Amino acid sequence: MGWAPMSSPNELATELERVGYLADEGVATAAFLALRMHRPLFCEGEPGTGKTSLAVALAQALDVPLVRLQCHEGIDAAQALYDWNFPRQLLHLRALEAASGGTLDVDEAESSLYTSRFLLARPLLRALEQSPCVLLVDEIDRADDEFEAFLLEVLSENAVTVPELGEVRAEVPPLTVLTSNRTREVHDALKRRCLYHWLEHPSLAREVAILRRRLPGVTERLATQVASAVRRLRELELLKPPGVAESIDWAEALTALGRTELDTEAAAVTLGTVLKYREDAERVLASGLDAVLAR
Amino acid sequence: MPGLVGFARALRDAGVGCGPERVQAYLRAVAEFDAAEPSQLYWAGRLTLCAEPDDLPRYDAGFAAWFGLATSRPSPSAPQQRQPPPRIAALTPLESGDGEGAEQPPLRAAASDVEVLRHRDIGELSPAERAHLRELIALLRPDPPRRSALRLRPARRGELDPRRTLRALLAAGGEPARLRRRHKARRPRRVVLLVDVSGSMSPYADALLRFAHVVTRAAPASTETFTLGTRMTRLTRQLRQRDPEHALTAAARAVPDFAGGTRLGEGIKAFLDRWGQRGAARQAVVVVFSDGWERGDPSLLGEQMARLRRLAHAVLWVNPHAGRDGYVPVQSGIRVALPHVDGLLAGHSVQTLQELLSEVRRA
Repeated sequence: MGWAPMSSPNELATELERVGYLADEGVATAAFLALRMHRPLFCEGEPGTGKTSLAVALAQALDVPLVRLQCHEGIDAAQALYDWNFPRQLLHLRALEAASGGTLDVDEAESSLYTSRFLLARPLLRALEQSPCVLLVDEIDRADDEFEAFLLEVLSENAVTVPELGEVRAEVPPLTVLTSNRTREVHDALKRRCLYHWLEHPSLAREVAILRRRLPGVTERLATQVASAVRRLRELELLKPPGVAESIDWAEALTALGRTELDTEAAAVTLGTVLKYREDAERVLASGLDAVLAR
Repeated sequence: MPGLVGFARALRDAGVGCGPERVQAYLRAVAEFDAAEPSQLYWAGRLTLCAEPDDLPRYDAGFAAWFGLATSRPSPSAPQQRQPPPRIAALTPLESGDGEGAEQPPLRAAASDVEVLRHRDIGELSPAERAHLRELIALLRPDPPRRSALRLRPARRGELDPRRTLRALLAAGGEPARLRRRHKARRPRRVVLLVDVSGSMSPYADALLRFAHVVTRAAPASTETFTLGTRMTRLTRQLRQRDPEHALTAAARAVPDFAGGTRLGEGIKAFLDRWGQRGAARQAVVVVFSDGWERGDPSLLGEQMARLRRLAHAVLWVNPHAGRDGYVPVQSGIRVALPHVDGLLAGHSVQTLQELLSEVRRA
């Protein structure tokens, strides 16, 4: 079993659009090359530019499972690769002991403990076993740098060795998407093995299309108003400029309130869906909501 | 094919760090397209040859120049436009120094002099003493601060470690063995040094950057250094080099605003926007080296210091003048910053820098 054949980035973009992800040329080319060259795709960009949802959409578009590894500080091999189910092993050992009536063969007992029955496959191992699949390594910048070296090894070999069981190798390398918010510089060695893509906020027309696509109940007019207001908010010097996720939230909130138009009053009561810092909200209110909504 | 390799070489000359491995990936990527359109050629290179946002404008310029094609899309709005040729600025001028300092005969170095030198104000040293001072700074042994990590390590006390206990159990043929325990490991806590390199701080700039180099070398992965002047510059990469002279030369090349004006508020804002908020300042010990002479709006500095204080584990302010007798924090910058710092320290001599290190460790 292999990957569905894709002849061009455009074809992939069409597939992505089918599942609701509107990819621009850069994203489509990046994903296409990642598939063809069997290289991980390293996505960086402001929060809310669709890094994670790209991986989700790729899995849907290619009709393969998505395996997600959320990185965090202190993540280690036991949480990323595999772990032994100790409580079960302990129970098994006790059961063996009781059944044998005190004549337990140590070697046999030990070898019966280290079988795939007691192995807990964590995301990386699962991805190698299930491949073809999309492996999303989310927010790699949050993990420690030791973890990067470990990840590098798994990604370049597409195999891991469980000492007690042997090697697990993916026949088809999984399509790997790594995302980073640039809280820390990821090591060059890891980047070198990846394709690098910097995602930007979508253009106005694309953002309107995304809103219409994600929220069928939103009118063209409201979507345009929300998208252009969010664009203007991004130009202000805010602590956390709103991403696409925020503009979707905003449009959804307005629809839930039964608004068909984004006016000053409607914006004031729903501002909390786009601006997540008190300082940002104060700054926007001080400079006047009308300026943001002006068209 | 040679054209593509030449293009990659031209990019390397323009400062895009694309090694042979990336060039190979580039050629493979181009080969994936049957007849590469200009836009596919553009994306193939951008995806394989670039590695960080700073590379993108350089790549766009290089692509336009090499292929004579306008890039199909505008380069992303880089948070701060880089000025391509950095001016080489001298660190502190060794000869000029302060008037009386330069005229003094060089001191003979003896053990007792070292002790004296440790306590002398760095801004008032003669050139020979400065040379000696560098050695003293290089001898500082910083012990990075630590925080507890998520990861667990085998330990004598702490929670039960089922994995190791089970192994011991197996080794004993299922007999109850000694219980193994594990405990949280300790990891270095991030240290961020923000060094003011404006005109009023120039007698101290060289010594402080050397100090930053020593701290960086002690824990390269968890130390970040930035300079503040009229703009903010990240020096972490330059200071990671082992040799202090190479590191300092690289640092001097990277900083365009030595001995210029001070806009502390804007500098700290730029630091927080680009690095601090995203993670560099989170749970870190942040040390600001500045005399607090703020040319810009002090209220902005106050606002940004409050923001920094909320993000960081501890904020220390080091003012070389704070060590002088009769010092009163009256400078506009210090006055607004003081409510938001955990400590105001002196940093005018090697002795006080050493005290700073233990303060950072304790923070």
